[in-house]
Amino acid sequence: MTTPPRTLLEKIWDEHLVAAPQGEQPMLYIDCHLVHEVTSPQAFEGLRLAQRRIRRPEATFATPDHNVPTTDRRLPITDLISKQQIDTLRSNCQEFGVRLFDLGDADQGIVHIIGPELGITQPGMTIVCGDSHTATHGALGALAFGIGTSEVEHVLATQTLRQSKPRSFEVRVDGALHPGITAKDLVLFLIGKLSTEGGTGYVIEYTGPCIRKLTMEERMTVCNMSIEAGARAGMIAPDDVTFDYLRGRDFAPPDFAAAVARWKTLPSDPDAIYDRLEIYNGGDVVPQVTWGTNPAQVVGIDSVVPNPVDFADPSDRESGVRALDYMGLSSGRPIVEIPLDRVFIGSCTNSRIEDLRAAARVVRGYRVVSSVHAMVVPGSGRVKRQAEQEGLDRLFTDAGFEWREAGCSMCLGMNPDTLAPGERCASTSNRNFEGRQGKGGRTHLVSPAMAAAAAVSGHFVDIRQWQYR
Amino acid sequence: MQPFTTHTGIVAPLDRANVDTDQIIPKQFLKRIERTGFGQFLFFDWRSLPDGTPNPDFELNRPEYAGASILLARRNFGCGSSREHAPWALADYGFRVVIAPTFADIFFSNCFQNGMLPIRLDEQDVETLFQRASSGPYRLHVDLMAGTLSDDADFSREFQIDPFRRTCLLNGLDAIALSLQQSDKIAAWEASHGVLPVSDVLGNTR
Ligand code: SF4
Repeated sequence: MTTPPRTLLEKIWDEHLVAAPQGEQPMLYIDCHLVHEVTSPQAFEGLRLAQRRIRRPEATFATPDHNVPTTDRRLPITDLISKQQIDTLRSNCQEFGVRLFDLGDADQGIVHIIGPELGITQPGMTIVCGDSHTATHGALGALAFGIGTSEVEHVLATQTLRQSKPRSFEVRVDGALHPGITAKDLVLFLIGKLSTEGGTGYVIEYTGPCIRKLTMEERMTVCNMSIEAGARAGMIAPDDVTFDYLRGRDFAPPDFAAAVARWKTLPSDPDAIYDRLEIYNGGDVVPQVTWGTNPAQVVGIDSVVPNPVDFADPSDRESGVRALDYMGLSSGRPIVEIPLDRVFIGSCTNSRIEDLRAAARVVRGYRVVSSVHAMVVPGSGRVKRQAEQEGLDRLFTDAGFEWREAGCSMCLGMNPDTLAPGERCASTSNRNFEGRQGKGGRTHLVSPAMAAAAAVSGHFVDIRQWQYR
Repeated sequence: MQPFTTHTGIVAPLDRANVDTDQIIPKQFLKRIERTGFGQFLFFDWRSLPDGTPNPDFELNRPEYAGASILLARRNFGCGSSREHAPWALADYGFRVVIAPTFADIFFSNCFQNGMLPIRLDEQDVETLFQRASSGPYRLHVDLMAGTLSDDADFSREFQIDPFRRTCLLNGLDAIALSLQQSDKIAAWEASHGVLPVSDVLGNTR
């Protein structure tokens, strides 16, 4: 008997199915559970109340990232409620025996940055975290998705999760990206095509020659934003790029060759059938800038702010009008004429070393215009150290950027890094929702190079025409 | 968890698509370490004017929707962040049912964990409900066992719901206790995958 061809998703799913009790949702085994300070306190409290333990503390890793200050770490945290959340994570990890990359730890950082960077994230794994951008880890060929706090508690107690099997969605990208076009532009372009709910109910697997050419870090940027198209997860089949990335990392399997042999069986079989397929071409992607209040409200840099009246769907029209009002923009305005007050380079989408290199290359020899306040927040302690070794921090600070400590920072502004009402920001993060970066703040999502160029120009510019110095 | 069997309540219409969890509960209120007390911050940025006073134009602040327990919205409700603070805030405010054409996945499953029922209805039916609810207090009856939704007039629809989730809601089951009944299966999986007390999946810790 031959087994029918299976997708990457199906292989991981089948492998991790623990039980499918009659009339109940299937139970999926979870290999790795990542925890941060904001969505975990109530889960630990639930365990305590029910006198339960963590089933596999050694498969659980924690770090504070959302709330942490990105200024001098030697100073006490001034926001006492944030401090309480960080302290609570620390005491919970101690009580339940969870490995914590604490604020003072050299490897602390945004949870989705440090997972891959430490080699905790591996192909074929099931990975969850109380955070929707867990999809990032799918870049290494894992099935990784965000869960709520009740589910965090469930995973802590049982090392499993109840899940209905998601449908599979192949997003194939043919061709190649033009020079100067980044993974961020690609994923914003895809979200613009798919809409914010196009992926709902699906796990997206990105395939095709354009995807295969991406570096590991670029793949993470793409998978990271899958949730912005509504998808539960995004994934990319592991290949030599993946294996080369993982080799030698702290938590990489000791018998690496055996692991690679196992991982090589993961990619979808040639005849595997996906529930849905969409095909795009990387050559069609130009630098992207969002104009509205969801990531699908996006256009190319060579475009103008659209007129919602032209939208076919009534609720798109309605939300377009509302978005323009919130963003203080009028239809027809060229994107390159939009002036900025703030620039934020950071977040789990774009704060890895390659992102910082790309931004630093743009700012070399330039200065941030006086009307713009710009900051760079590395994704982790490791990224920060690496950047400093390469002298990137000097390029940024010489240009007038602030150079900060690792954390989520102004991606969601739970710490003091926020926009003031009406402030307009070019941001490398993943959400431009109303108030996301501060009440009344206006966010435009772009790539790191585009953000850097905007900082020294005071408005958006087409990075393809940039004069590098 | 509080069981959900039947519910009758006033409908609050929120005529917007893509309502994200950052709107349902803005991030500045995620710092609490309890599950309770989030209702006062529900839709905070929409409910209040910059000076902190209630925004009279925001739907939930209108007197005719006071005490509403059924929220009606447009498609892709609950998109964005996985924060369970969103259903906590809705529940704490008094909502037990959310009706929309579509929901974001994580929000949808978070509702069930908190005794709250998300109901998917056709865009057409949602439109009908918006029309009926727009002119003052409008009441709907939800029967989870029968899977029906009806008003005092002629509106009556069946809705679909995963049978397992329905059972859990009807009985207010503790999901973890239920899963722990499968402990032997979990242990068997671990044994067959060579999961030792210190994982080999993750290699040796440093
Ligand atoms: S960087 Fe932003 S999106 Fe990523 S985990 Fe932190 S808050 Fe969430």
